[in-house]
Amino acid sequence: MVLSFLVFVPLVTAIVILLCRSAGQVRLAALTGSLLQLGLTAFLLLAYTNERQAGNTDQMLFQYRTIWFAPLNIQYHVGVDGISVAMILLTAFIVLAGVLVSWKIENLTKEFFFLLLLLSAGAYGFFISLDLFVLFFFLEIAVIPKYLLIGIWGSGRKEYSATKLALMLMGGSALVFVGILGVYYYNGSQTFDMLELSKSHIPVAIQHFFFPFLFLGFGVFGALFPFHTWVPDGHSSAPTSASMFLAGISMKLGGYGCLRVATYLMPEGAHEYQSIIILLAAIAILYGAFATMMQTDLKYINAYSSVSHCGFVLLGIGMLTQTAIIGAVMQMVSHGLMTALFFAAIGMLYERTHTRAIEKMGGILKLTPFIGTVFFIAGLCSLGLPGFSGFAAEMTVFMGAWQNTEIWYRIATIAACASIVVTAVYILRALGKVMMGPVLDEQHADITDAGWNEKFATVLLIVAIVFIGIAPIFLQHLITPGAEAIMQNVSRAGF
Amino acid sequence: MDLSFLIAMKFEMMITLIIFVLLFLKIDGRASNQTTIRVAYGMLVLNLVLGFAGNVYVEIFNGMFRSTPLLAFEKNMLNLATLIIALSSYEWLRNHKHLAEFFMLLLSSLLGMFFMMSSCNMLMFYLGLELSTIPLAALCNFDLHKKISSEAAMKMILSSAFSSAILLFGVSLLYGCTGTFDFKMISALLTGSTLQDLAFILIFSGFAFKLSVVPFHLWTADVYEGSPIAVTAFLSVVSKAAMSFVFISVLYTVFGKLGSIWYAMLAVSAVITMIIGNLFALRQSNLKRFFAFSSIAQVGYLLISISSVSILGVASVVYFILIYIFSNLAAFGVISVISSLTGKESIEDYKGLYASNPKLALIMAISLFSLAGIPPTAGFFGKLFLLTAGASVHNWTLIIIASLNLIISLYYYLRIVRVMFIDETNEPLVKLNFSINETVAFLICVLGVLSVGFLRGVYELIFGLSSGL
Repeated sequence: MVLSFLVFVPLVTAIVILLCRSAGQVRLAALTGSLLQLGLTAFLLLAYTNERQAGNTDQMLFQYRTIWFAPLNIQYHVGVDGISVAMILLTAFIVLAGVLVSWKIENLTKEFFFLLLLLSAGAYGFFISLDLFVLFFFLEIAVIPKYLLIGIWGSGRKEYSATKLALMLMGGSALVFVGILGVYYYNGSQTFDMLELSKSHIPVAIQHFFFPFLFLGFGVFGALFPFHTWVPDGHSSAPTSASMFLAGISMKLGGYGCLRVATYLMPEGAHEYQSIIILLAAIAILYGAFATMMQTDLKYINAYSSVSHCGFVLLGIGMLTQTAIIGAVMQMVSHGLMTALFFAAIGMLYERTHTRAIEKMGGILKLTPFIGTVFFIAGLCSLGLPGFSGFAAEMTVFMGAWQNTEIWYRIATIAACASIVVTAVYILRALGKVMMGPVLDEQHADITDAGWNEKFATVLLIVAIVFIGIAPIFLQHLITPGAEAIMQNVSRAGF
Repeated sequence: MDLSFLIAMKFEMMITLIIFVLLFLKIDGRASNQTTIRVAYGMLVLNLVLGFAGNVYVEIFNGMFRSTPLLAFEKNMLNLATLIIALSSYEWLRNHKHLAEFFMLLLSSLLGMFFMMSSCNMLMFYLGLELSTIPLAALCNFDLHKKISSEAAMKMILSSAFSSAILLFGVSLLYGCTGTFDFKMISALLTGSTLQDLAFILIFSGFAFKLSVVPFHLWTADVYEGSPIAVTAFLSVVSKAAMSFVFISVLYTVFGKLGSIWYAMLAVSAVITMIIGNLFALRQSNLKRFFAFSSIAQVGYLLISISSVSILGVASVVYFILIYIFSNLAAFGVISVISSLTGKESIEDYKGLYASNPKLALIMAISLFSLAGIPPTAGFFGKLFLLTAGASVHNWTLIIIASLNLIISLYYYLRIVRVMFIDETNEPLVKLNFSINETVAFLICVLGVLSVGFLRGVYELIFGLSSGL
């Protein structure tokens, strides 16, 4: 299995798109490219499980390394464990769904799909890299396409939102870079290689100084309170598929970075700041949930609820127990799929009704049964109904969090649990208002139901969500070895 | 007969030869502009190609002049930059009545830079410096009918005379302390007395003027704005690059012993240069002024790397400048085409550029991303390596400030991207056609920006050469 294909396939697709002559060709190329990606990731999953069943216990599989900048000891080093495989699968699903829901983009079609695929190349690269410099390279690749996607194809205050997002994410990556340099110069052998770094011991005082840079830097990407403010604005202005990418993949870059880079490489640092992480995560969960209650714009509702849901990821990481970390990764996958589905549904609705304000809509379920059903599924998954992925993931986080016996952390866990009630309130209110009741606007009477592309995209996501919800054991098995390796480092550090 | 001087002065002799050929063409008077420009392009290409052959370490004139593989590489970079500038200003040059003089002055200035870079002696260094500056002042005035251009020339000549005077004062103090002009001997005789520190500060200020380090940057924006674009590009890329190379060699070889005082000076200047450059760039509406301030900010990053006193630092500076040549000249190429065909130079005029001239907008965007340090463009690697080298001395405050400055700079670079791609306008530019010459220049620049980071040999080569500084 050559992992670099994961980066090359989207890149080649993007270049092919540039060479296309008509919008039809562009769409076809983008669809073929993203189907290829999904096929490739399915193959990766298969190859990965085969290797594991054959008894291969290496921490990272399918490794490949080649020197990039020898004087600085920078290597292009890639490899995957279960956590990365899960994230890669998530990316492939969302890319395909994103391409499908943007099928009807008329304005600058070529550029739109080019940027979308460039973004996905960045995400894949980020999840497979084992060298901090390469990881940072891919992290930054993903910033500018988002700016352009929102700025050119967005709606509302798009320039403001796009600039805010680009600057905040750039700020996050600036912090990450300082942290990476700190790790590089103080590990004793001047290497960016994560596997070597995890074995070398970074002095505790250094970890205390540099851990916040890495964690906060990635935290900006992962909507860590109080650096979450780009999320609502960015999402609400972004075109549908860009929202799906942002919430589904980009915010996961942050969570993954917090776990794989910050916590894994600096366990003492993580322990030192554990209370602050948990506090911020709990605030994000509650604040996000309450802020959502006040929103009337569907996209804002989902954006703020994303802040709340991503708080669970950081809560899980902060608890530093194996179950909680598994839960955090599951929550990343689950939230990625669910929020992408939600944004897809909102986008479909907005395209037809030209409004996202909940007070202007009603009775949509009767008019467009398919979109209505999708909406319901996304909503119920978001509030954590058993049978959907949200329940499995959040439950695992809570169980893991409870294993941490510190009394304050248990209080934080209880508070986080309580947010589920709030979630139920805003989700059910929005669903009831928009889907049920009388049709408020006569112009909505002649709207059409989902087209084939939209059906394909949403069914894809729903299948994944339901599969994880019914049989979370597969995802757990996939993640567990990776989480064990991280926990080994944490417990070797003496906790 | 010892012919080693032929090898050592290969670059300088080539340039002199070109100047003479152009001079004879001019005196002859029969050659049309078209012929002259072709001859000039041809010889610049030849010059660039020959530059790559047979570069070894040679010292001549009793150690006053030396040539090393690193110097040869740097001179090749400057040759390349000069060629790109000449190609991309074709539209402006085509009908200029003093075409041959333009090339002669430009190359004289380049010649001065070559001498300056190769010098191992304060006298030689000063001669080279003056030879590089005086033609530049004449060049600033090359838009003969524009008042603002004369003003730029006046500002240029006054400020460089001032900075040369300061530098000379420093040199004379140094001579008073040590009794020699030779770099190595001065370095051996330095003791760190107050007078020597003062001499260093004066020489540093002289350099700071030429590099437009804050607070010696005040001439930059006005001169950049008034000069013809080809000259602005030359000033901001070639002249800056040459000065940085000389600055490094003077700092490391002559003042190595005074390291403790100049580390602090460099660090402080780096911080204020970055901040002031970035903050002023935020508010510019003229593109040339905008690039003036953005280039000031870039010098701030260079200083961080220089302050680390390491092979890594030197290699990163050379690497960064190589990338800077490609990215900045691509931007100036676009400005040059648009300005000479429509006369428009303000940021507002670029509204909707992607709709009217997608190629120009894309080239501009790629170069802006490279200047801002966004991957996958080479500027990302250039800028990060500067900071990595700077961090090797563990001054984390400096690195944090520099990283935060990256955010500010992203804001103003994105502002131009936004104007070109997002903003709409009622009066878009017409579709502009440019000649094959500009196309070649753009192609070199864009290929450079997109490939340098992925050709892993480039950085290794520069690093290897830097070890033999």
